[in-house]
Amino acid sequence: MSDVLVLEKITKKFAKVTANKDISMNLQKGEVLALLGENGAGKTTLMNCVCGLYKPTSGKIYVNGTEVEIHGCENATKLGIGMIHQHFMLVPELSVAENVILGINRPKDFFLKIGEVESEVQKLSELYNFGIDPKALVKNLPIGMQQRVEIIKTLYRKADIIILDEATAVLTPSEARELYGIVKKLTKEGKSIVIITHKLEEVMEMADRIVVLRDGKYIGSTLKKDTNVKELATMMVGREVLFNFKERTNSIGDIRLQVEGLTLYNEFAVKKLDNISFNLHAGEIFGVAGVDGNGQIELSEALTGMMDYQEGKIIINGKEKRKFSTMESYSNNVSHIPQDRQATGLIMERSIAKNLVLADYRKLPFSKNGLMQETAVKEHGQKMINEYRIKAAGEEIAVKELSGGNKQKVILAREIDRKPDILIAVQPTRGLDIGATEFVRQKLLDERNRGVGVLLISTELEEILQIADRIAVLFKGSFMGILDKKCTDIGEIGMLMAGVKNAHYEGELQ
Amino acid sequence: MIKANIMGLFGKDYSRKLMLSILGILLGLFFGGVIIFLQGVNPLYAYYYLINGAVGSSQAIISSILKTIPLGIVGLAVIFAYKAGIFNIGGEGQFYLGSIGATIVGTIPLPISQVAHVILCLLAAIIFGGFFAAIPGYLKAYRGFNEIITTMLLNYIAILFTSYLLQGPLREPGTYYNRSSSLQPTALLSPIITGTRLHFGLIIFLVLAIIIYFVFKKSTLGFRLENVGMNKRAAFYAGENTKRLMLLAMCVSGAIAGIAGAVEIMGVNGALVENFVVGIGYDGIAVALLASLNPLGAILSAFFFGALRNGANSMQISIGISSAFVYIIQALAVFFVVLIPGVPRFIRKYKGVK
Repeated sequence: MSDVLVLEKITKKFAKVTANKDISMNLQKGEVLALLGENGAGKTTLMNCVCGLYKPTSGKIYVNGTEVEIHGCENATKLGIGMIHQHFMLVPELSVAENVILGINRPKDFFLKIGEVESEVQKLSELYNFGIDPKALVKNLPIGMQQRVEIIKTLYRKADIIILDEATAVLTPSEARELYGIVKKLTKEGKSIVIITHKLEEVMEMADRIVVLRDGKYIGSTLKKDTNVKELATMMVGREVLFNFKERTNSIGDIRLQVEGLTLYNEFAVKKLDNISFNLHAGEIFGVAGVDGNGQIELSEALTGMMDYQEGKIIINGKEKRKFSTMESYSNNVSHIPQDRQATGLIMERSIAKNLVLADYRKLPFSKNGLMQETAVKEHGQKMINEYRIKAAGEEIAVKELSGGNKQKVILAREIDRKPDILIAVQPTRGLDIGATEFVRQKLLDERNRGVGVLLISTELEEILQIADRIAVLFKGSFMGILDKKCTDIGEIGMLMAGVKNAHYEGELQ
Repeated sequence: MIKANIMGLFGKDYSRKLMLSILGILLGLFFGGVIIFLQGVNPLYAYYYLINGAVGSSQAIISSILKTIPLGIVGLAVIFAYKAGIFNIGGEGQFYLGSIGATIVGTIPLPISQVAHVILCLLAAIIFGGFFAAIPGYLKAYRGFNEIITTMLLNYIAILFTSYLLQGPLREPGTYYNRSSSLQPTALLSPIITGTRLHFGLIIFLVLAIIIYFVFKKSTLGFRLENVGMNKRAAFYAGENTKRLMLLAMCVSGAIAGIAGAVEIMGVNGALVENFVVGIGYDGIAVALLASLNPLGAILSAFFFGALRNGANSMQISIGISSAFVYIIQALAVFFVVLIPGVPRFIRKYKGVK
């Protein structure tokens, strides 16, 4: 088979960060290639270089054997490359046909020849069994159908190379199965497909060949028939960084947080947490692993009063709580490092000093008789800057001026300094460099050793394996199992993350 | 981008903000001058008569201050709500409700001192204005309605409700005019300087400005309200009942606008009439924005607008430039104050695209 797309030593740098480093790979005609890697491994960046959204810093791209420079999306379209992004690029108020020609209708055609487009869309839809009505409004279509509109958009533009970014992330299992069928049909028609994913089950279902990326680097390539889920998980996460945690120095204490049968529906009545039960003890780090979007945010917010839940019990320090506010969570001495530090954890326009007393302003010495005590707030800010090595010109600097790592240190300083009983940390090192990551993990270990019950919710398996004492795997809102770190390995967790559960692991459920 | 620019008004580099306001005013006057020039009049002449009419004599200054007071108090109302992230366009409606409250209490003869009667009138205005603002406040905080739309629509309701009252229950018995009975002498605001029209409303305005300044500078309440305004989600995360705080901010804002209505009735008009003030809610927004949301700055920006209004009459009489022309200057000044902070970002972006 011939190569339709060849990447040679592609490097992409953003200011300081190298997102892709010397990546070479090829795509053969009629194959499904899976680009596998964890969040932030550089998969989407690499493909954005191919579809014209980014320009690679260095490296060469060949399409059908000739070297090309891809300047923009239009250019990519001409070369027969189409990408379906994770977040759909559709106008909900327009019809399917209108969305299909959006951006390619030539200005000299004053009238939209929408009838012609509609019949062509109809033809494509019939060819691939999409079952799409070209006249339907996009907003009235279910997500799975909207994705097909995106696919039709690329087909209408005569794409031969189709890139699907995390295509099943938004689909229900049955929609995903239908997508697998569509992909098969596309390859039969001679299209070549790249799927970007971190889901192992999806790879095993769809791909012919797999390229694994990690930390922006090419790790390896293998045919599906020569590999298995366990091997892929190891390649994806990286064996060498695993298990170099320190031995714990304290013993596990009493139960701090008890969760029984926690079930939560979101505002659209979709079940996001399904019957979750666990105990969090003083002096342990309880890690919750899992692929992003499987209920991590809902779990952390239900436990801190930010989201209401429908069924189950949350027992904090022996007291059962029902429908509690964030204020109560604060007075229960529960600290929370939220996933989104910019939108939730900090007020960007406020100074470091004021962000450090976002909740603690209620207490002496930061306020007295309803008045803020500015001197005490400033002194505290200075102290925290020193203690947590926050790189800033002073405590009066607005946090928006700080780097990601230093922003996170402000949150860490605030949430740890109040000496919590329970610390709920969600993706505490996301987007941080290695130094800041080490700092944050060490602080979490220090808190554990101090006797705090730490709930670490992270999509980075490496992080969980490094510092957690027990590990639960969250998949589609429920725990696939709770494992002791001593008797588990990456392959087992990888399988549970993908939703694969077998009898052997059943035995370790608590 | 506009929203980001307005957000940029939070914070505390006061001198930069003062410069910003002055720059906005100067640019407004400059482009206003261009328009005057296009009408065949020397802009320097026009501005001479404008300034002369505004501050050329003690009489002129007092008239300017009289126009300043309601503008400034409504400006404070807008600032209070905006600090908590609510855009109160309903200042006019709350102003009318406040004036209704003051008229009802002020027209009743009461055997009490003037101070007590005035305070009762103000309390009535606070309650009327506050409760009227509670409607959009509740809808915004608890039901997610856009406050810009609800407050604007409620303005019409308030204005037409006032007309209804003046054609029915509140109409002065035995007249054909749509006006209420005159307020009792005990319910009027006395002049600060005897023999002039300059009334105690000025003191009320200045005290309110200072109180609101200290609420946001020093108090935990101000800290919390501003947290909600800057990042509602972060405030919620930190344990605030953000909905209640937003409702509270809106009620206080409405109460302040209500006070403005009461002060205008008790200090200037002496009775409630239809449409005695037009567009005060929108002018309040202009005052707030030109002041960069600083309550003390509102004193200056309200005086600027008050003087502009007052001087406009003399300009019209002297050289025939329509007094409506000052609205162009007002609009341009606010436009530039909101626009200027975005200019560096715009340049960066433009360079980036290149």
